[in-house]
Amino acid sequence: MIARLSVADGGRIVTEPEQFQTAFVFQDAHLLPWRTTLDNAALPLELMGIGRDERYSKARAALAQVGLAEAEARYPAQLSGGMRMRVSLARALVTAPRLLLMDEPFAALDEITRFNLEVQLRDLWQRRGMTVIFVTHSISEAAFLANRAVVLTRRGGKIRLDRQIDLPMERTNDLRSDPRLGHEMKILMGAMEEE
Amino acid sequence: MKKSWPPLIPFVAITLALEWMVRSGAVPSYLVPAPSAVLRALFDSRDELAAAMAKTSAAALVGFALSTISGIAIAVLLSSSRGIQRAFYPYAVFFQTVPIIAIAPLLVIWFGYGMKTVIASAFIVSIFPVIANTLTGLLSTDPALRDLFRLYGASATVTLVKLRFPAALPQILTGLRVASGLAVIGAIVGEFIGGQGLGSVVDIARTQQRVDKVFAAVLLASLLGLALFGLINLISALTLRRWHASEQGS
Repeated sequence: MIARLSVADGGRIVTEPEQFQTAFVFQDAHLLPWRTTLDNAALPLELMGIGRDERYSKARAALAQVGLAEAEARYPAQLSGGMRMRVSLARALVTAPRLLLMDEPFAALDEITRFNLEVQLRDLWQRRGMTVIFVTHSISEAAFLANRAVVLTRRGGKIRLDRQIDLPMERTNDLRSDPRLGHEMKILMGAMEEE
Repeated sequence: MKKSWPPLIPFVAITLALEWMVRSGAVPSYLVPAPSAVLRALFDSRDELAAAMAKTSAAALVGFALSTISGIAIAVLLSSSRGIQRAFYPYAVFFQTVPIIAIAPLLVIWFGYGMKTVIASAFIVSIFPVIANTLTGLLSTDPALRDLFRLYGASATVTLVKLRFPAALPQILTGLRVASGLAVIGAIVGEFIGGQGLGSVVDIARTQQRVDKVFAAVLLASLLGLALFGLINLISALTLRRWHASEQGS
């Protein structure tokens, strides 16, 4: 609904400005298997009718941001799961979106890959100045990534908790063993267990 | 090269066994010819068989090409809306169920004796698997990718060309594999009635009790089917090798 792909049953979605570039990242990478990494990352620009040179230079920049500059000529079948997810992220970033919607994007990855991608995502978010709405079932992921965490009820999608996460802006993997993260996780978990 | 060995072993074994059975008199040669007799028939009638083979190949190829082009076009049309699909798909199934041998005489009335009838027969028999497989492929596009294309404002045509068609390619090629064999069968059936090519050779040799020649013609027809099948496999390997699981590994 936020991406304006479906219509709400009721209520309103208020955004400022009204029209802006949105991108999303799915649970799985969902790349086009017949395209190279570069052509996958350039796809949104291609669909928007951007010229070849411009879209390739932007796609290369986006790939560099997710650390995949080396892999641009490879096909998805030749990449690991984490790399595919990073191509998917580069594809989302290539249009310089104001809003990035992510639906459990790292759920299928192993923990170390996920940890590193989370740090990268925080870093990208800080540099890009975009809004990220990130859906996850992982409490540690929510606490680690979010500035503001919203816990929804199991049914009905009502808001159970809406909290500013009290952690420093700069977050690295060192934070993972920090008691402050544990404290935030405990609060989120408490809200989830009230059901 | 190593991979082409295994199928040869049963071929050699069966050929040798057959030769021995016919020579020893266990099987009368007017029922099953000795492989050596088939070989001799191939050699003795080589000009006639080569000309017949050329005609059959041409008809099967043209029929196959027609069903590839129109089959894919029809599938694209059918996939464009649920309504069109409901209204017209049953008629596509008609091609699957039509007993070609029963309508072949009708084809002669429409197209006369010769090439046109044979092509029509090859076409009718081979179009359905192209339609069915292409349609399945076009309708099973990843919904997430469809959303993605919509998000970036891609038109229906662009989505077809850049997403749905390439995504359907593995299924389309499966349809073409099935259709290639059927096109040869359709051509031979058409030739039984339309009177030319390998089908006609089989028909005439049969009335002359020349089982060896029947077998020689049948052998050539199967080789033709195999060659078409091999061609599709080659195209499949070239287009899918980078990305599809069916052409990777080993």
